[in-house]
Amino acid sequence: MSDDATAGAPVATPGQTVGPFFHFGLPYAGGESLVPTSHPGAVRLHGTVTDGDGDPIPDAMLEIWQADEQGNISTEPGSLRRDPYVFTGWGRAATDAAGHYRFTTVNPDATDEGSAPFISVCVVARGLLNRLFTRAYLPEDAASLAADPLLSSLDEERRPTLLGTREEGGALRFDVRLQGENETVFLQFPRHDA
Amino acid sequence: MTTPERDDASRDDLPSQTAISAEIERIREEDARSVVPRTQPRIDFAPYRSSILRHPTKDLHQADPETIELASPVWGHQDVSPLEADLTIQRNGEPIGERIRISGRVVDGDGRPVRRQLVEIWQANAAGRYVHKRDQHAAPIDPNFTGAGRALTDDEGTYSFLTIKPGPYPWRNHRNAWRPAHVHFSIFGTEFTQRMITQMYFPGDPLFPLDPIYQSITDQHARDRLVAQYDHDSSEHEWLLGYRWDIVLTGSHATWTERDGGADHV
Repeated sequence: MSDDATAGAPVATPGQTVGPFFHFGLPYAGGESLVPTSHPGAVRLHGTVTDGDGDPIPDAMLEIWQADEQGNISTEPGSLRRDPYVFTGWGRAATDAAGHYRFTTVNPDATDEGSAPFISVCVVARGLLNRLFTRAYLPEDAASLAADPLLSSLDEERRPTLLGTREEGGALRFDVRLQGENETVFLQFPRHDA
Repeated sequence: MTTPERDDASRDDLPSQTAISAEIERIREEDARSVVPRTQPRIDFAPYRSSILRHPTKDLHQADPETIELASPVWGHQDVSPLEADLTIQRNGEPIGERIRISGRVVDGDGRPVRRQLVEIWQANAAGRYVHKRDQHAAPIDPNFTGAGRALTDDEGTYSFLTIKPGPYPWRNHRNAWRPAHVHFSIFGTEFTQRMITQMYFPGDPLFPLDPIYQSITDQHARDRLVAQYDHDSSEHEWLLGYRWDIVLTGSHATWTERDGGADHV
C-alpha cells in the first residue's frame, strides 16, 4: 500500500521460505503446550497440513496466538521457557512425518462482548515462499459467527475452512489446506504488500 | 509423497539451470510490466519446484486485523539468555570458518524501532552443512557449531549475533543447483500481523541470479533488501568481520487506523 499517508515510509523487507531445515532453529521443547495437559480447561488443537494433491506436508510449522479462557490477551513473557501457571497465549508446533500438528491450549473466549472467539494462526513450510495468516474459529457460538465481519465477507463455500471442528472429548480440529479443494482462506491485512 | 530438496539422489530427470533461469526470466519480464513493483516474493513461483503444490491459488482475502492480531507475544529475559546470540560458544571449541558479526535494526513500516522483540536465526556451517538429519550434503559437520541463535532487540530495535559465515550448499531443485550462502531469520513485531520469516544473504554472491528462491522476489530493489552490507566499522581488529542488515516489518495498524481513519473497524 503506498497512498499519501505512507509515502516515504520504509518498505517492508521481503519474506522467504522457512526452508527444509528449520527444525533445529525454531521448534523447541514445550512450544506446543500453552498449558499443561493437567490444566482443567486443557484442549487439544490439532490438524493436518496438506498440499495441492491432498498429501500431508511433513515440513510445515504453525504458530498460534490467542486470548485466554476469559478473553484476555496475555502480556506475560515466558513462551520459550514456560511457567505452567502462566498463560502467554502463544505456541509453535512443527508438523510430524504425517503432516500432523498438535497443540495443548485452552478455548479462547471472545475478546469483546458478542464477537466470535478465534485463534490467530501463522503457517510456514518448505516450498511456501512467504508466511501465511489465517484464523481458527471456535465452532460453537452460531450467533457471533454469523455476525463476524471476516466470516460474513466470505463466500458460503469457503467459510467452513476457518471453522474448527469440535471432536468427541473436546479436541478442536483445524486442518490447513495450502492449495486445491477446500483451500484454506488465508488473509492479507492492510499495509501488507503483495 | 514429497521429499526434502536434497534427498532422492537417484533421480536423474532434473531440469537444467538454463531451463530454470529461462523460467525465472520469463516471470521477471512479466512482473516488470506491472505498474506497482512487487515488494514481496511471489508465492506462485514454479522455478522453485517445491512451491508448485504448496501455494494458495486463490487470492489472499483482504481482512482488517482484530483484537489478538493487533497484539504480539511478549518476551523477557527468562525467554532468551544473552549468550544465545553467540553461535560460536555453544560447544566445547571454536567452530571453523570466518567469524562474523551480523547486526542491524528492526523497525516497523513507520520507521519506529521494534523493541524487545524476538529475533531467531539458523544457518548452515562454513562448509554448507546443516545440523539436520535430512541434510545429506557430503560436507563435514562441525562438532563445534550448531548454527541456531536467538536475541531480543534492545530499546533502539537493535539486534546482534556473533556467528560463522555459512557456506553455499547444493540442493535438488534442478541439476547443479546451489543456494547462495544465507542465514534464516525469524522476526516478531509489535503486532502478530507483522510476523515474518526470511533469509539474509551476503553481498556480491555470484549465485544470486541462479537461485529461484532469491529470484522469487522479482523486483531488484526488493531483492536487494535481503542482502547485508559489509560494515567495516563493526569489524573488529584481528577478530571478526562485521555485516549490517536492517529489517523493516510491515506497518502497524494502530497508527494506520488513527492517522488515515481508513479502517472500517474501530
